[in-house]
Amino acid sequence: MMTRVQMVDQIFVIAKHSLLAHVPAMWQPLCSAVLSVVPVMIVFPLLFAITTILERKGLARQQNRFGPNRVGPCGILQPIADGVKSLTKEDIVPRSADQMVHLLAPLLLVTAAFLGYAVLPIGRNMVITDMNGGVLFFFAISSLVELAVFMAGWSSRSKYSLFGAMRAIAQMISYEVPLVLAAIVVIMAAGTLSTVSIVNLQASYTGIFPHWFVFTPWGFTGFALFMIAATAESNRSPFDLPEGESEIIAGYYIEYSGFKFALFFLGEYLGMMATSAMAITLFLGGWSAPFSFLTWIPSYVWFFAKLVALICGFIWIRGTLPRLRMDQLMNFSWKFILPMTLLNIIAAGVWRFMPGGPLRWLVCSALIAGPFIVLGRATSWQGKGVAVRKYRYAE
Amino acid sequence: MTITFLILAAVTIAGMAAAMGLRNLIHCVLALTLGFVGLAALYLQLNAQFVGFTQILVYIGGVAILAVFAIMTTQSAEPVAHPGSAAYWITGSAVAAGVFAVLAWAICGSGTHARALPAQIDVPAQQIGFALMRSYVLPLEIMGLLLTVALIGAVVVATPVRKGEL
Amino acid sequence: MSPLSSYLLLSALLFSIGLAGALSRRSAILVLIGIELMLNAANLNLIAFWRYGPRPEVLTGVMFAVFSITVAAAEAAVGLGLILAMYRHSKSTDLDQMTSMRG
Repeated sequence: MMTRVQMVDQIFVIAKHSLLAHVPAMWQPLCSAVLSVVPVMIVFPLLFAITTILERKGLARQQNRFGPNRVGPCGILQPIADGVKSLTKEDIVPRSADQMVHLLAPLLLVTAAFLGYAVLPIGRNMVITDMNGGVLFFFAISSLVELAVFMAGWSSRSKYSLFGAMRAIAQMISYEVPLVLAAIVVIMAAGTLSTVSIVNLQASYTGIFPHWFVFTPWGFTGFALFMIAATAESNRSPFDLPEGESEIIAGYYIEYSGFKFALFFLGEYLGMMATSAMAITLFLGGWSAPFSFLTWIPSYVWFFAKLVALICGFIWIRGTLPRLRMDQLMNFSWKFILPMTLLNIIAAGVWRFMPGGPLRWLVCSALIAGPFIVLGRATSWQGKGVAVRKYRYAE
Repeated sequence: MTITFLILAAVTIAGMAAAMGLRNLIHCVLALTLGFVGLAALYLQLNAQFVGFTQILVYIGGVAILAVFAIMTTQSAEPVAHPGSAAYWITGSAVAAGVFAVLAWAICGSGTHARALPAQIDVPAQQIGFALMRSYVLPLEIMGLLLTVALIGAVVVATPVRKGEL
Repeated sequence: MSPLSSYLLLSALLFSIGLAGALSRRSAILVLIGIELMLNAANLNLIAFWRYGPRPEVLTGVMFAVFSITVAAAEAAVGLGLILAMYRHSKSTDLDQMTSMRG
């Protein structure tokens, strides 16, 4: 029998099994699928609503102002007001726009964003489908987002939206390669493409410390590179030139209003949360607790705690760093991030075949830190020396 | 001929036929993407998960985007493709119909529908990795060489000439 | 009709659709798309024979299909580069206007 701690941990699995027992055997596969999918489709849009208010308040506080504070106590009910606004706004479609493609673009974006959640383990034994090639499926689905972005930008038949779409696609393609390469290190170490197996491998402890991949030199570098590439893939600041509000107003979704705009917003944030969840699965141990004496807290609580922490990290970076220019962005990807991911793979290979101990740590850290310093200096100077800045004040 | 196969086959054929028949080039590429998705679903139906996901990743995330970029760069105004005169279509369709007739005759005349079909097996990705690194390591290296050559070659071919033309 | 025959017929149909398009369309990009379609039909054939063949654990069909996808992607890249060069030379991608070898 299960202990009480295990019962709280598996409460959703037990609830699903007990509900399925009341269903006739012929309908069981369909009902099992529905019972797995519907909670995900409810929880993550709720998390999206919480993220919007968190972002607006967080950004506001970083900019020394209050955020929305009219609707509800401290503005907590703002997402409801936003939802009502976007649902009741008039849906304006330009007359020269391509009607069918204009309608399909946000649908494809949201579909691709939701499909990515199918392979993420949210808790112990809580995954929608445990596929053999789960990680590959996730990256294949996120390549559908690029096509949706192009469809949105092209179908609006407006120069701003086309510029924004081309920039966005160039950026997404440039950062998709480092994203996949940074994930490959974990696949090399785990020997499997299945997300459930990767999390199970990280859920054991030596002493009180977990076996998370982020606590190795190649894992830490991989995590950092993965998060940078994920920020660029979701078009978030500092990589948000395609949707820069001060430059091309809204980029590829400039001609969308009302519910379709809300769908774009939803799709972008869902993509951001899905990529964060994949980073948690690959590097941060998924649903496992950070210390062995904390395993009495249920697994899904840990997953959502890590997810909220990563989202807060995204918001923090958005409020802190200025926007990168297009050529700076591309240089950063191809000349810095990509070589670092390749070196990371070599370091992970060296880690695998060296005997354990402090020498392994030293060699792998040197293998990553040395080129990091060299590449960083080479790409930032760009041929000009670094001069002392001279200020000129108005007289 | 299960119902799933019929639906997926219908979607794929509709997408590919639209890709070849529509006037607007961008619509052709989008219909082609639909056909690729149908094909990926058929690969999943045939229990080739790795190939199905690679198809989505490479074809939709790569080739379709590449085609779209090429269309954007090579159009002066509206992307309208002339469907070609009727003579081209008659000849082309006649040749294609002939090819299909020969292939269908070969398929239906062969013994493929008389044998017993083996059961499904599960192919873990690790087996594919082992196969690539052991039996197929030479084709893997040649693929790497080919991709490098293609990358450099495509950049060289598409780069504008510095002097002379604009 | 066995499942294998139905997959082979579907692949033959896709191949002939691609062939019809590649022979009849005037735009160079659409000819390239037709060629990609034919390659996809051949891939479907390979996977169908792998699945219903005598020894699926040897993975020959899967390997062949993966390499075929790789080569097709490389060929699409080079072909579209050629189309770009062609457009830069004669300001159109219409194959009917490419009638002379003179530059």
